[in-house]
Amino acid sequence: MKYAGLLVMPAGFFLAIAALVLFPASPSRTAFVLCGLAVEALGLGVAVRGHMQARGESRP
Amino acid sequence: MTPTAPAMTDAAFALALALLLNAPLAIAGVALINTGLGRSRSAAQALLGNLAIVAVAAIVFALVGATLAGSLPGASGGAGHVFYAAGKPWNWLGAGPFLLGGLAAAPAHSQLALLFEFLAVALAALIPWGSGADRLRLTSGCAAAAVLAAIVFPLLAHWVWAGGWLSQLGINFSLGAGFLDPGGAATVHVLGGLSALAVIWIAGPRKGKFPKEGLATALPGHNAVYILFGCIVSLVGWLAWNLAGALIWLHAPLAALPVTAVNTLLSASAALAATFTVTRIRFGKPDASLCANAWLSGLVASNACAALVTPGESLAVGFIAGIVTPLLVEVLELAVSIDDPSGAIAVHAAGGLLGLLAAGIFASQPGQLVAQLVGIAALLGLVLPLVYLLFWLLNRVLAFRVDPDGERIGMDLHELGGGAYPEFVIHRDESYR
Repeated sequence: MKYAGLLVMPAGFFLAIAALVLFPASPSRTAFVLCGLAVEALGLGVAVRGHMQARGESRP
Repeated sequence: MTPTAPAMTDAAFALALALLLNAPLAIAGVALINTGLGRSRSAAQALLGNLAIVAVAAIVFALVGATLAGSLPGASGGAGHVFYAAGKPWNWLGAGPFLLGGLAAAPAHSQLALLFEFLAVALAALIPWGSGADRLRLTSGCAAAAVLAAIVFPLLAHWVWAGGWLSQLGINFSLGAGFLDPGGAATVHVLGGLSALAVIWIAGPRKGKFPKEGLATALPGHNAVYILFGCIVSLVGWLAWNLAGALIWLHAPLAALPVTAVNTLLSASAALAATFTVTRIRFGKPDASLCANAWLSGLVASNACAALVTPGESLAVGFIAGIVTPLLVEVLELAVSIDDPSGAIAVHAAGGLLGLLAAGIFASQPGQLVAQLVGIAALLGLVLPLVYLLFWLLNRVLAFRVDPDGERIGMDLHELGGGAYPEFVIHRDESYR
């Protein structure tokens, strides 16, 4: 689960980069960059959740 | 932040050089804080590790990293490796000379830029060492520093400081002045904080930190004097760091430097005052180590924005850092089971991100906020997975974590054969019996 989250994060980065190229207008560009960051936050959340599960299983 | 910088006046060069010679005090402060926040039976290993990591980072950066960062003009005179996509140039990797060739003949600005990067890579590599305190082996800490200095830091330094694609966002996409980070909030602190997260995920928590039942065990730092004195030393280093960064990367006029210095102090002060109040309200008494964390977090946030905002805005940034830092430290430990003895994730990663965001929010140029957001997206979306992958591979070759016996007797005895305080009685840890 942690690895899945870490794999999602680059997708958010490429979404932000795509926004620069695809949207010259400021509002839509900003919105898509924010969407990219939201995807990264989602990936980070999944990775953290995976870490918590792994810790819960391995506690002494 | 481009390689084609205007020529520096002699006064600016002399001042920037003098400031950079004081900047290692920031490294000394962080080293003291890292050591104080660890346990007494690992203090000598922690401080030796700080020293060794600075040495390894400097050597590896000279051998490999400086070439990839590309702050010195290369043999071809080119700015770096560029590919074209959607009709725009994307300068993604530096092409500097091998082994610092031509350093003495390089323009004054390039020489200062390189010196700044040497100090920056040393500080960035120190940050994860503090988070791995009491269980990270010395050789593994040095190897992790080598990986950061050889690959990740040079990439980021080139993107941000040496004419890379992030610094060119203003020219290529009309986003303000491009991604701005004159003090190294992104290249040093967010990189260091995210590396700390990767180290913690890979090495795991200290033994006894998270028992099977109940709350996390408190493992307080062993020396509050080191921690708080480290904060005072850091202030001197940070002032030098921010002023030098403004001169080198923003080509700021000398008259703008006092405001930058005031902003740095205000950001740290507001953060301290906020955390002092928050911990006083929550726990009945102010918490020394959280106040130290907040002070450092305010300084880290100022790295990105002290040269770009007004004193009032700097106060606001520091105040937010001071509110967020203690809460984040608590959430990471109690809710997310992350054992971060030095608080690097809350202090360096979150503080740095806050500063970068503030630099965009308070900027006067249109599009600056989007440029800062794209930089943050690169840090979270590209740098964190890359660092985790590299550290994960490194851990397969050279285990990060010391064996259980080493953790039980302490890193000093296990790795160095002697303790930091030979005349003191080291109490046994009941939880290990």
